[in-house]
Amino acid sequence: MLAALQSKFPSMSLELRPLVVRTNKPADQFYVRVEPGALLEVMRFLRDDERTKFEQLIDLTCVDYLNFPDAADRYGVVYSLLSLTHNHRLWIKCFVNDPKPTVPSVTSIWKSADWMEREVFDMFGVVFEGHPDLRRILTWDEFEAYPLRKDYPLRGKGEREDYPVIHRTDA
Amino acid sequence: MGNDDLVTTRLETLVNFFREKGVNWARKNSLWPMPFATACCGIELMATGASRYDVARFGAEVMRFSPRQSDLLICAGRVAIKMMPVLQRIYLQMAEPKWVISMGACASTGGVFDTYAVVQGVDQFLPVDVYVPGCPPRPETLIEGIMAIQRLVEKEGIRPSAEREKGMRHVVQPTYQLTMPTAAE
Repeated sequence: MLAALQSKFPSMSLELRPLVVRTNKPADQFYVRVEPGALLEVMRFLRDDERTKFEQLIDLTCVDYLNFPDAADRYGVVYSLLSLTHNHRLWIKCFVNDPKPTVPSVTSIWKSADWMEREVFDMFGVVFEGHPDLRRILTWDEFEAYPLRKDYPLRGKGEREDYPVIHRTDA
Repeated sequence: MGNDDLVTTRLETLVNFFREKGVNWARKNSLWPMPFATACCGIELMATGASRYDVARFGAEVMRFSPRQSDLLICAGRVAIKMMPVLQRIYLQMAEPKWVISMGACASTGGVFDTYAVVQGVDQFLPVDVYVPGCPPRPETLIEGIMAIQRLVEKEGIRPSAEREKGMRHVVQPTYQLTMPTAAE
């Protein structure tokens, strides 16, 4: 996998990093860090090349690294890929920052990314360029905040009280 | 003729009965609930309708999924803000007179879901008549709530909601008595 990637993109200095660091046994799941600008090219290669053949985008999510020790970037968009042909998995991470975190949309490569990207946009405010229909998917349309960001309070900022009231006399 | 006497007597009985009891008697024994069940309380509501607890004994087994045919809104379970307009529309579409039961901790106060997306008690946005405590309330508790609504109907009659006072203004006391074994026993 990695050899194929490195031979294709020699300038990017791609390397496998362990997804979860365990002390008692070696890692068996790895991620590759990709810059947002090269994301589409790398993803399309990973899907189409015979050596990798990642037909399926299992999951697309995001991590907020605010107050995380030794974190250089604020948001990490995580792509979880599965190859049914070769039975191997790979994670791709793509780091973006405020004020306008923007990642190219992979809906042109995997159709399943549509709702996942809408969810990440809804919860973290990461904008996916080229998404056909980037709307909020879980919260309501008038909602303005991004609730899964670490600096958003659990009880919200008064959104849950801001609603028209029906009295007995209205009915 | 004897027949005429009999008929007259029966009519008189009927008229007297309704004069004493009023239409409220019929109405309170045929409350048709509109189940607005969003979570675990909904399962408890189903159990209340099932054979063991059998809410049909109170004439309230006719669960109507159309607000036009129901007069008792049972709000069972947590309500997200996104769900609130739906609940309000259902309430507004119900025909007068109508009553509302807020069933369980989440519908009444938000319960354990003290988050940005959950309504902290539907009574913030809807007029609620009876609160049923519990997480989730047992079917007996819900039946107690329905009986409280029945007392309310008996007391207040069929005036429209706008003229009714808000709720019962008192806490429903349990109708059973717990007995503790004494030292002598």
